[in-house]
Amino acid sequence: MTLSAADLRDRVLAGDRRAVARAITVLERGGDDGAALHALLYPHAGRALRLGVTGPPGAGKSTLVDRLARELHGDFSRLAVLAVDPSSPVTHGALLGDRIRMGALQELPGVFVRSMASRGLLGGLGPAALEVMDGLDAAGFDLVLVETVGVGQSELDVAFAADITLVVVAPGAGDGIQALKAGLLEMADIVCVNKSDLGGAETVRNDLMAAFELSSARSEKAPAILLASSKTGEGVGALAASVRELAGDEDFRIRFGERRRRAAQRRIVGGLQREAGHAAERVLESDPVLVTSVVDGLMTPRAASHEVFRRILKGETS
Amino acid sequence: MNHASAPIRVLVAKPGLDGHDRGAKVVAAALRDAGMEVIYTGLRQTPEMIVRTALEEDVDAIGLSIHSGAHMVLFRKVLAMLREEGMDDVLLTGGGIIPEDDARTLAEEGVGRLFGPGAPLSDLVKYIREEVEARRKASEMKES
Ligand SMILES: Nc1nc2c(ncn2[C@@H]2O[C@H](COP(=O)(O)OP(=O)(O)O)[C@@H](O)[C@H]2O)c(=O)[nH]1
Ligand SMILES: [Mg+2]
Repeated sequence: MTLSAADLRDRVLAGDRRAVARAITVLERGGDDGAALHALLYPHAGRALRLGVTGPPGAGKSTLVDRLARELHGDFSRLAVLAVDPSSPVTHGALLGDRIRMGALQELPGVFVRSMASRGLLGGLGPAALEVMDGLDAAGFDLVLVETVGVGQSELDVAFAADITLVVVAPGAGDGIQALKAGLLEMADIVCVNKSDLGGAETVRNDLMAAFELSSARSEKAPAILLASSKTGEGVGALAASVRELAGDEDFRIRFGERRRRAAQRRIVGGLQREAGHAAERVLESDPVLVTSVVDGLMTPRAASHEVFRRILKGETS
Repeated sequence: MNHASAPIRVLVAKPGLDGHDRGAKVVAAALRDAGMEVIYTGLRQTPEMIVRTALEEDVDAIGLSIHSGAHMVLFRKVLAMLREEGMDDVLLTGGGIIPEDDARTLAEEGVGRLFGPGAPLSDLVKYIREEVEARRKASEMKES
């Protein structure tokens, strides 16, 4: 299927599933084609509720997404899931297995599931994933659910990409305390202690509640901490109710306006950093003396950065 | 960016009701290690589920692992459904216990090469890579 960007946009806006799938591929590849398509779709995005689901590997995120999304399907009949997994930094390959756990969800009408490899990022949501989310939003999905593994810096990405952030933990490996250490819980609106059918879930919840009471770092109010089992379904209804409550019934643009402003600002600055990085590399390639001066101790790295910045502003990037 | 440099996306699925998915998992891991993005969906996939996944994931290729003896029915069904969706450009390949005559018949109908249980995984990797690259090039030619 080869279409011009404008044709592809028209078909995406009309809800053509195959066009949506192809558009995601184009956005994911980025470059000029991706940027052009994104520019056409972006004006139509902004209406969907964006729900981020993160947590350690194996906590049961995908299994929970399957249950939770089915619970929410009544309120959000057009529902998209974007499941992001890390690519191997060595081979660039990826094994994307989240769909295995989402069999029941895929049976429902109006549901679209897409797996995405993080391509070059350690696991976080990079600019491409954000543009894919915009694409799904523009395609008219009422709810865009994004699942990512919480490692390193990536959990922060989710909190910025989403209106509501759900952190999933489980007893045992990847339990709450570990997640707390990794800074995972600081941006949570809701924490789900999953696998409540197994022993130890209550203890994890109590530990987390104690930790939140002690934590002074959090300015916003402490998140709801809910027990659930994605295996039996117990507690998932309450979890869905808590998502509904946070979502409210106003326009999401207004309800989450402040968050979306912060997210937009972060994207603008992030894009600028990437562009400035490329420009700086071009300056240094065109004038290798700068690097030599730093190596020889004639100039500090900071002074060289200032010099590069000055040249970029003057347009001397050749 | 051109198509050729983007990672190859492959769906690995095991249709039918028979047994375990060890074989499919090994294949999925080998394709990943060869730098591909592998969408793995596990056991008991119906042709409808396979085609739906292939559509949503916009894959370049589908690899089916079939040991049940139902390969003629399953490959034909998936191929017909792909055509119905206009997804003729997706490579349909796979492996399992498939007699040579059957593989030849399916190839004449439009299925790609099929690999027996003894075939080295590197052959499958090489085949998918070359075939997908050729198809991407052909579709780029059409574009320009
Ligand atoms: N006992 C139990 N196992 C669960 C539950 N939720 C998920 N699992 C299992 O935990 C494993 C990891 O689940 P998955 O959803 O893939 O986790 P993810 O890596 O966080 O997406 C799988 O074997 C699931 O079957 C649960 O509530 N209870
Ligand atoms: Mg998962």
